Amino acid sequence: MQTTVNEPATDNRRINWLKYASPQTFYPLAGKMIPWFSWAAVVLTAIGLYISFFLAPTDAQQGEGYRIIFLHVPTAWLSMFLYVLMAVYAGLGLTLNTRLSYMMATAIAPTGALFTFLALVTGSFWGKPMWGVWWVWDARLTSELLLLFLYIGYISLQSSIDDVQRANRSSAVFALVGVINIPVIYFSVRWWNTLHQGASVSMTKSPSMAATMLIGMLVMALGLWMYSIAVILMRARSVILEQERRSEWVNSIEERA
Amino acid sequence: MIRPDLNNLTNPDNLQMSQLSTAVPNTDFTETGSQLWLALYRLFQRDLRIALRRRSDAAAVLFFFVISSSLFPLGIGAEPQLLRAIAPGVLWVTALLSCMLSLGRLFAADNADGTLEQLLISPQPLVLIVLVKTIAHWVISGLPLVLIAPLIGLQFNMPAQELAILALSLLLGTPALSLVGSVGAALTLGVRGGGVLVALLVLPLYVPVLVFGAGAVTASASGMGADAGLSLLGATLLISTVFAPYAAAAALRISME
Amino acid sequence: MHWNSMSEFFAMGGYGLYVWGSFGFTVVTLAWEVLALKSRSKMARRALRIKG
Repeated sequence: MQTTVNEPATDNRRINWLKYASPQTFYPLAGKMIPWFSWAAVVLTAIGLYISFFLAPTDAQQGEGYRIIFLHVPTAWLSMFLYVLMAVYAGLGLTLNTRLSYMMATAIAPTGALFTFLALVTGSFWGKPMWGVWWVWDARLTSELLLLFLYIGYISLQSSIDDVQRANRSSAVFALVGVINIPVIYFSVRWWNTLHQGASVSMTKSPSMAATMLIGMLVMALGLWMYSIAVILMRARSVILEQERRSEWVNSIEERA
Repeated sequence: MIRPDLNNLTNPDNLQMSQLSTAVPNTDFTETGSQLWLALYRLFQRDLRIALRRRSDAAAVLFFFVISSSLFPLGIGAEPQLLRAIAPGVLWVTALLSCMLSLGRLFAADNADGTLEQLLISPQPLVLIVLVKTIAHWVISGLPLVLIAPLIGLQFNMPAQELAILALSLLLGTPALSLVGSVGAALTLGVRGGGVLVALLVLPLYVPVLVFGAGAVTASASGMGADAGLSLLGATLLISTVFAPYAAAAALRISME
Repeated sequence: MHWNSMSEFFAMGGYGLYVWGSFGFTVVTLAWEVLALKSRSKMARRALRIKG
């Protein structure tokens, strides 16, 4: 289905951001952004790993085993952040009726699901030596597991409906309904007595962990965030090609290999 | 399909439907409050009457509840103390699954015979129509579970006070399950693989209700009082009553385009 | 740096299996994601006969 981009008359000096709301203009822009984010991801993750293994001190209680935290916490943060981002794009799609918003939501879902899965797995690897169990059904772990199910539900719903318009809009409604799970995950350690440790990273109080550990977590989180942006942009480009395959501009792309 | 009642050729149902769907309700184009409530009440009555004619559908859900809950003693072992311990969870899970199985009937029949399309263009707000249909659905599919559950609980050696809490928790919880389920039913209307897909979408959203409900009964069994769980159930019911019909109405419009 | 030797680094104070298990699993998963995406992109472009 072709759309024409309505370009409002603008001052030549100002960038017309609305132009990038069309898949046609977003496609090359995303292509240019991917290398930057990929390199940022590599550099930041490398620095983060260096901090994790060589700068962060040994923990008094958990020895060297705690270093999993440098993966577990960033992946958990990202799993929640990406779901909210996906819900935002879903909401934008429903209110503005822009195809690109739906495409972005579609592109985010698999990466978000993967990070949720990684958070659960790294958490298990951390839990087994420290607390003796691979899994407990406490509030935080259960709600993170539910988050994985929500991602899977979103992806399944989209792929089950043949009509792209209906698929996008139905799954957008579902994503928005599921958003309520995010505050539950975040506050679960405060609301319920859980095995999972309470919040150690607070915006207002001074952190109760060594500064190096905190910085390591933040750098790793940033690096993985750059990675997820790069990967999501890659997927968005594929989604655009797949869904816009009948339009003229796609059939006249000349890309240098 | 509604089989025409040959003994009553005026067929009260058709009369009601046309009254619901007239595009011009009265000459001054305003719908007074009492007219709205009257129309909604007639819709409620109609849904109940149709469901009572197809009693086997509702009975099947009830039988599923009874049969599947009896699988657990057969599979796990019938030791009385064990049964008493697992009873709240088992009964809640089987009630939840029974609710979920009944969701298919919420919109499918009306969708098949064209009534749903008429409801979409009727002057009554779709949100209220959905709410009324969901309540009727609960009266047919959910309320019998509430009434039968204490009898099943006796098979599990539950004491009288626990049975009362169980019934109360189901009374608060099953409407919430119907309301949240209506969103899933609306999203998957007419989609292939609908039954399993509804489960995938709806079960993550059901988990809080299950945790609160079964938790209330378990808490009262261990002497800690069911107040907290029942209050949380009540809150969940309130929130679902306010928000679920909006989501379900939006999903219905999307599914019916 | 507080690793006295390479073997100490790999042992991670006894937690080696868990630490390297987590990091290894993560690396494999993310690598798989990138590879799967590259393959999807190649198929999409090939279907449209776009060079690449």
